[in-house]
Amino acid sequence: MEILMAIVIGILFTCATYLMLSKSILRIIIGTGLLSHGAHLLILTMGGLKRGAVPILTDKIQDYVDPLPQALILTAIVISFGVTAFFLVLAYRTYQEIGTDDMDQLRGTKHNE
Amino acid sequence: MNNLTILPVLLPLLTGIILLFVTKSIIIQRILSMLSSIIGIGIAGTLVYNVSAHGIIALAVGSWEAPFGIVIVADMLASLLVLTTTIIVCAVLIYSFYSIGEAREKFYYYAMVQFLLVGINGAFLTGDLFNLFVFFEVMLMASYVLLALGGTKVQLRETIKYLLVNVIASALFVITVAYLYSVTGTLNMADLSRKIAEIGQPGIITVIAVSFLIVFGMKGAIFPLFYWLPGSYAAPPIPVIALFGALLTKVGIYSIFRTYTLLFYHDQGYTHTLLGILGILTIIIGIIGAVGYWDLKKIIIYNIIIAIGVITFGISLMNEQALIGTAFYIMHDMIIKAALFLLIGIMIKLTGTNNLREISGLIRTYPVLGWSFFIAAISLAGIPPFSGFAGKLLILQGAAAESAYLGMAVVLLSSLFVLYSVMKIFINGFWGEEKEYPKKDIPYKKLLFPAVLLVAISISYGLGTEFVYPFISQAAETLLHPDIYLDAVLKE
Amino acid sequence: MKTNDLILQTVTKVAAFVIILFSLSIFLGGHYSPGGGFVGGLMTSSAIILLLLAYDLKTVAGILPVDYKLFIASGLLLSVLTASGSLLFGVPLMTHAFTYVDLPLLGHISLHTAVLFDLGVYLVVVGVTMTIIQTIGESE
Repeated sequence: MEILMAIVIGILFTCATYLMLSKSILRIIIGTGLLSHGAHLLILTMGGLKRGAVPILTDKIQDYVDPLPQALILTAIVISFGVTAFFLVLAYRTYQEIGTDDMDQLRGTKHNE
Repeated sequence: MNNLTILPVLLPLLTGIILLFVTKSIIIQRILSMLSSIIGIGIAGTLVYNVSAHGIIALAVGSWEAPFGIVIVADMLASLLVLTTTIIVCAVLIYSFYSIGEAREKFYYYAMVQFLLVGINGAFLTGDLFNLFVFFEVMLMASYVLLALGGTKVQLRETIKYLLVNVIASALFVITVAYLYSVTGTLNMADLSRKIAEIGQPGIITVIAVSFLIVFGMKGAIFPLFYWLPGSYAAPPIPVIALFGALLTKVGIYSIFRTYTLLFYHDQGYTHTLLGILGILTIIIGIIGAVGYWDLKKIIIYNIIIAIGVITFGISLMNEQALIGTAFYIMHDMIIKAALFLLIGIMIKLTGTNNLREISGLIRTYPVLGWSFFIAAISLAGIPPFSGFAGKLLILQGAAAESAYLGMAVVLLSSLFVLYSVMKIFINGFWGEEKEYPKKDIPYKKLLFPAVLLVAISISYGLGTEFVYPFISQAAETLLHPDIYLDAVLKE
Repeated sequence: MKTNDLILQTVTKVAAFVIILFSLSIFLGGHYSPGGGFVGGLMTSSAIILLLLAYDLKTVAGILPVDYKLFIASGLLLSVLTASGSLLFGVPLMTHAFTYVDLPLLGHISLHTAVLFDLGVYLVVVGVTMTIIQTIGESE
């Protein structure tokens, strides 16, 4: 199972890298989204994949899932949710203001200022 | 159990939230943020005093004891940095009152400054690696808004790049934390330190250490990862640059400082040598930029990179003198960078340009500005008796003890080039023929006040070295002996 | 262009309320079972977004005349004040307290300060999500 997850994470990172290297801002944003998905899956895998009960203290259950990776992922998801939303609004605003979503034209050298 | 530790985080957070309600009234916003930052200085001062009297203070948030819950740990270094940060924010706020403009003030400028302060103070004080990530993100989120606020073309363009770089760095942070968790099963820094010491830092931990170096290096702009900094920092208005330049990169460097002295200190032959080399290269890159540019902002921005190189080099030496020196130097650099940015901000306001070639002869009309800049400049270069001297001297002594002569030479030469780059501003900008500039009505004296205040603090920091020394040597003591930190947090 | 949204609008009228009620149940149930302020808040805002899709910004602003930015601020305030309430009792920040009470109709239930904190989270999530959607959505 871990190997399968590793492959999935690898694919996500590959796609993310490919998308982030493209010129269009929208693709870059999708790339960052995939990157953070990959990172979250990685936390889940690194915390150990196993079946178990909800980690709430009761007498009968012996086998708990580790709650920490899930807490970490939830936090990371919320953060990347916020950042992605900000990025989208920023990209939209930039598109309105400068009139392009091509990173080449957003370089900021003297040539195209 | 001591809630004092969390107050430097809680106070700006509460202030920031209240400011969200009163965006319409600028006066109330100014009064509230000023009040909060003055109280903040008081709290930070009390924190420093308490830590110096009773040692490290740890707070287990939510009464969940370490290593299971999140701890907020105030050791000497963290509390001193918190104090410096609050002072700088206070000065920059005064400067903002007269320069940031009504439009920004109505759009959450002050609230964002407070949230930035939450993130920075939190990152200094936290004792949990994932919590560090969260505070980093709070800080970054506020910095994105501050960078984009105003919405000029340059700002939007640069914010996109800054945002993208930081998103990638954050993803890498999460990934590295995941690796570390899978190897050690904990994220509490004290517990991590103990567990890594038990297993003696095998290769995998060293890999993680270097990944952390990449993450923090990206935020702190060390050698191969600094490329985003000059462009992004040149875009926003001066008070925001002063905040960023003085504080943000230092948080990245502080994290390297913390992790490399507390967690990954077992394989110094590899990790710390790497750190040292990167530090030297960072200095060289900074020098090239600072000497080459004729743009006021860019010169000071490249000086940030030089300072980061010096600090990184200081951390890599890992002996007592070097660590004391580095701690000295970080605080000196925070204050003096903020002061310099505010001073060149006034120059840019007065002349309407940031091209050094078009400015000259300012000193006849504005002598106070000129001489404050002069003092700030030689203090930055580390000329005794000003504040840069003690830190650099100690770092050099530390380097001599480790026989790192190449690094010593580069640090010494860097002082010379730093002096050249800022004297370039002084000689070209303040001396020479007086020029006519388009008359603009700016509150010169009011803008000058916070800058002179910071310069004065810097001077007294330099002259009062003897007084500050015990505090900083206590900070270095904790850094050199992780056991002190461990005992305070885990209480065994 | 005028589109015919009759089916969507009719379904939305019923579905939005069901979603909001369910989100409240998830929010309150988040205590001892999966759920909580974050999920509940997202679900509530998804109901409002459904309304936005079926009608338009103006109509929805007429139904719910609120400033979502104030939602964020008040949610944050509630959470932070709840968390710092423990300062008054001299215990570490965010220490929670709970008790069990017997209420008529509801029976034996637990009361918990974490619910107040979570209510803050709920408000923040609704506020943030709606602010984002409005910001992107309104300038077309």
